[in-house]
Amino acid sequence: MAKALEQFLGRLEQASNLDDLQDLILDLRGMVDVDHTVYHWVSSDGEQYGCGTYPPEWVQHYVENDYIRIDPVVQGCYQRFHPVDWKRLDWSSKSARAFLQNALKHGVGNQGLSVPIRGPNGQFAMFTVSHHCSDEEWAAFIEEWQRDLIVIAHYFNQKALEIAGDRAPERTKALSPRETDALTFLAMGYGRGQVSEMLAISEHTLRVYIESARFKLGAANTTHAVAKALAEGLILIGGAARGSAGDWPGRKQAAE
Amino acid sequence: MLRYVYADQLDQFPRLRDTMFRDRADQFRTRLGWEVEVDDNGFERDQYDDLNPLYVIWERADGTHGGSMRFLPTTGRTMVNEHFLELMDGVHINSPLIWECTRFCLNRNSESRVAAALMLGGGELMRAFGVKHFVGVFDARMVRIYRMIGSSPTVLGASGEGRTQISVGLWDYTADDRAKVIERAGVRSALSEAWFESSFGHLPEMRMTA
Repeated sequence: MAKALEQFLGRLEQASNLDDLQDLILDLRGMVDVDHTVYHWVSSDGEQYGCGTYPPEWVQHYVENDYIRIDPVVQGCYQRFHPVDWKRLDWSSKSARAFLQNALKHGVGNQGLSVPIRGPNGQFAMFTVSHHCSDEEWAAFIEEWQRDLIVIAHYFNQKALEIAGDRAPERTKALSPRETDALTFLAMGYGRGQVSEMLAISEHTLRVYIESARFKLGAANTTHAVAKALAEGLILIGGAARGSAGDWPGRKQAAE
Repeated sequence: MLRYVYADQLDQFPRLRDTMFRDRADQFRTRLGWEVEVDDNGFERDQYDDLNPLYVIWERADGTHGGSMRFLPTTGRTMVNEHFLELMDGVHINSPLIWECTRFCLNRNSESRVAAALMLGGGELMRAFGVKHFVGVFDARMVRIYRMIGSSPTVLGASGEGRTQISVGLWDYTADDRAKVIERAGVRSALSEAWFESSFGHLPEMRMTA
């Protein structure tokens, strides 16, 4: 699965228009094996953009009925930064219940998880997966996928901002020297314990630096982050790498 | 009880809100001597309170503040990135899986179990929302308190001396820590979950696997 996620993020990085994003979100649905995957950007003037696998009739119906004003998911995500399980929301009002019935009729599913995202200048978007299953199955799904989905949601939004043009965020790719050092040593094949020793920081601190660097690089995991940093020339490993060619007088004897 | 309240929900709890900002003034200005702003109401508020952070607050039986802390995602503006970069080795922390925790505050009469309850609340956020790490800013005396309640951060560094010393540290979530903190807080696991649900909404009854 890690490989599939890496490939997915690689393709996301190459995406250059909305059609690409639509293809990607379709593939993501297959990858995480849910009924629907949806990206929904709400601009401050109330315009809505997005892509995803909801039936077009439902999307049309949603816009026509101005459901954005009563959709508990939008209310529950707006001004929040934690991922929202739909079951936690308040569906008790008459309008919310009618909306839910309609959504179910259109096959949206009885379960959902939405990740709120904030971009520059108050930009707001949600990344949603929805599905038909029991509460137990959904809890297990969230346990397995929540973190990956949070990260994918943010990468997806960065790409959407980039495609939208004028509001493109500056790529937060700049790694600090410490992050560069950490990734360099990992690329050279040292374990985390050794790397933290070499940098004179705790392993815990190293994990936080790597987590942050991974997000800046748009990577699926640590190995992927190292590979990307190498491929993009952000880190260089030269002759000092273990196992590389080269010799030094007396080195062999010293190793014996 | 523990409440999880976003800034835009604080007005639903006016007594809790007012006593929290006053206790912050008491802790950070009066007792620690930090150079913080205190307004005409006696509230200590800073620019990060305007970013709609999430507060974890211990509410006492009379509805007043017993202790609290403040969370913001590191994908947006944070205090560590804007003020403590040198303690972070110059690493700008930026990830939706890392949240910042600041303004850890205890009412001057709060017993240590309130601190434990707050740490428990932080752990519940991690557990429910997939957060991997907290990066926190705290005053030096907290290091001892954190150790006592079984939730010691990895301290990255400190600036200043004595009372005004400010430290930056990291936490991550482990089930062992949760058990320890639950014990110190004197709170049943089910009760902690019930508090969490009363703030964030209920999930259907089911057998919890974790």
